[in-house]
Amino acid sequence: MALLEIKDLHARIGDREILKGINLTVNAGEVHAIMGPNGSGKSTLAQVLSGREMYVVTGGEVIYNGKDLLDLSPEDRAREGIFLAFQYPVEIPGVSNMYFLKAALNTIRKHHGLEELDAMDFIELVKEKMKIMKMDQALLNRPVNTGFSGGEKKRNEIFQMAVLEPKLAVLDETDSGLDIDALRVVAGGVNAMRSPERAMIVVTHYQRLLSEIVPDFVHVLAEGRIVKSGGKELALELEAEGYADLYDEREAVGKV
Amino acid sequence: MSESTNTIETFANQEYKWGFVTEIEADAIPRGLSEDVVRLISAKKEEPEWLLEWRLKAYRHWLTLKEPEWANVSFPKIDYQDIIYYSSPKAKGDGPKSLDEVDPELLKTYEKLGIPLQERAILAGVAVDAVFDSVSVATTFKGKLKEQGIIFGSFSEAVKEHPDLVRKYLGSVVPASDNFFAALNSAVFSDGSFCYVPKGVKCPMELSTYFRINAKDTGQFERTLIVADEGATVSYLEGCTAPMRDTNQLHAAVVELVALDNAQIKYSTVQNWYPGDKEGKGGIYNFVTKRGACRGVNSKISWTQVETGSAITWKYPSCILQGDNSVGEFYSVALTNNYQQADTGTKMIHIGKNTTSTIVSKGISAGHGQNTYRGGVKILKSATGARNYSQCDSLLLGDKCGAHTFPYLEVRNTSAQVEHEASTSKIGEDQIFYCRQRGISTEDAVSMIVHGFCKEVFRELPMEFAVEAQKLLGVSLEGSVG
Ligand SMILES: Nc1ncnc2c1ncn2[C@@H]1O[C@H](COP(=O)(O)OP(=O)(O)OP(=O)(O)O)[C@@H](O)[C@H]1O
Ligand SMILES: [Mg+2]
Repeated sequence: MALLEIKDLHARIGDREILKGINLTVNAGEVHAIMGPNGSGKSTLAQVLSGREMYVVTGGEVIYNGKDLLDLSPEDRAREGIFLAFQYPVEIPGVSNMYFLKAALNTIRKHHGLEELDAMDFIELVKEKMKIMKMDQALLNRPVNTGFSGGEKKRNEIFQMAVLEPKLAVLDETDSGLDIDALRVVAGGVNAMRSPERAMIVVTHYQRLLSEIVPDFVHVLAEGRIVKSGGKELALELEAEGYADLYDEREAVGKV
Repeated sequence: MSESTNTIETFANQEYKWGFVTEIEADAIPRGLSEDVVRLISAKKEEPEWLLEWRLKAYRHWLTLKEPEWANVSFPKIDYQDIIYYSSPKAKGDGPKSLDEVDPELLKTYEKLGIPLQERAILAGVAVDAVFDSVSVATTFKGKLKEQGIIFGSFSEAVKEHPDLVRKYLGSVVPASDNFFAALNSAVFSDGSFCYVPKGVKCPMELSTYFRINAKDTGQFERTLIVADEGATVSYLEGCTAPMRDTNQLHAAVVELVALDNAQIKYSTVQNWYPGDKEGKGGIYNFVTKRGACRGVNSKISWTQVETGSAITWKYPSCILQGDNSVGEFYSVALTNNYQQADTGTKMIHIGKNTTSTIVSKGISAGHGQNTYRGGVKILKSATGARNYSQCDSLLLGDKCGAHTFPYLEVRNTSAQVEHEASTSKIGEDQIFYCRQRGISTEDAVSMIVHGFCKEVFRELPMEFAVEAQKLLGVSLEGSVG
């Protein structure tokens, strides 16, 4: 059974339909890359999967781990193992990164009937993950994302993922804003988390990331649909040729 | 989205759990205010002539004053002739000498409020003076405090047993003529707490007064006077609740603090008077004058307040920094929800050299609540080397509420350093969603953010109070909000 099965998914924001029939199957252990032009609906798909209420699902279904995903609240999806690394991580002043992450981890553990970690155990766990991510201790004691540089925010997302150990991670343009060294570290962190039990959907515009995190599949999302799928070589093709050829001619005409 | 917005808006809408009424026979005087009423109150309390004169002078002055209108609050005119100025639970004989003699109904009331007066049952380390309507009904740990020369008990008792001390300090920080409500209080105050910590004594336990308004249509006018003599230290807590009633009730208190050389007073309040219902009906008018005088060198007065109750709050705990190197602090969290209004802040008056003051104000507005910070920093010519740091932050929950900031600054000495920071923020849907995506429920997310917003103030509160304050804000780290 697939870990995630998206069938003919439609979603709108306001009156505007953004996702126009997405089909995608992701098995445990796989890494899928999603590429596509700006505004094509990649982040929308990520947000719909994590349950953001401002996006209204108008059709189709999503089965995750045998359950109807669209039935679950955002927090329950997270507790069931869905993690979204945000394209734009949100600042939460006044709440320490450490405290936030501990609260998150413990609600997830509680959901699975595990004992909550106390401060000592938590710090042990975090220390190990910090090493992998080359995270600065200072960032942990600061309020969540507050005043972080763009790159620090992205690194913090992947650090959170490393601590929360999700089943399905959706990384939305985690490479944007990272310098070359940071990109390697982050990709290293992501690769360290690849496992037969875990799947990842990596949204990116650049081959650069995909040469570090080598995907099993590459999909092109355009105008709310997956218009092409292939293996890792598809990313190289796209980099050379762009997306223009992939649009359906009739839809492309009349659009700016 | 609508779900998070609703939760944000209603998270503070917990039911008021302290709204019950105690059935107890009261000894009340007729409605209205006149010289005769002032005389009657004084007579009931068997006061000395000088105090009656002091009251009458205050009353006559009050008649010449107008109710202040500058505060950023609005309410129907108060009819001062429709208020009952004195009500006490009917005493059996001379009033209680010990806890065993206190009416069991009253003991039950305080137990229900979470303040067991039975000394054995009390959290070790807190002595409580319980004020019920117009009178103090019990003070715990008196004996233990007395061993160190600390006087702590009801104001009425202090007038009888330590008239010289009372006379020396009463009105010395907040003169009877200070303002409309202070004058009214001076004329009709009924009871309150008095505390004197002698030279060099560090008070070994937290002192606290718990104010309870019970009777209907009664005003509560208590007076608190705390004196820390040279080198003395004391930490004092004040809590308050009232039954739910659909008429407004007036609470006009005066608090005076005096710190002599090297003395320190820490005064913490968790104010939880009945705020009125969701439509803004009923609730307490909390018009209070609180002021501390740092008279001695190196003295320090620190105010910490968590204001969650009352329909209207009008309150500016202030410090007069007279002694050289003296320190004044004000830490405040004020929450207004539904139709609550708060106009609160502080005044720091720097007179002595190298005096420093710190102001940290956190206003939280929800529902239709209106929250105003009003703060004054005044640095006189004599205050060479004075420093002030002020920080005023507002947090909005929802979009029907308001936050307003009025900082006033007057600097007459060029060596002074003054720093002011202010911010307004809103709990955003994106913040809530970010938390939920990490598995944290909306309620926990809101309480986490609110708690984070207030923590600089909460950490100034004594432990037990910090916990109570957090609960009051609907902030429980276990996530039991709503
Ligand atoms: N909150 C919103 N309000 C209005 N329009 C929105 C909102 N969110 C997304 N959209 C619109 O939906 C479309 C798809 O946006 P989305 O963010 O999913 O694109 P994307 O593929 O992630 O683009 P990019 O590569 O630039 O990140 C865009 O046209 C965008 O303007
Ligand atoms: Mg995007």
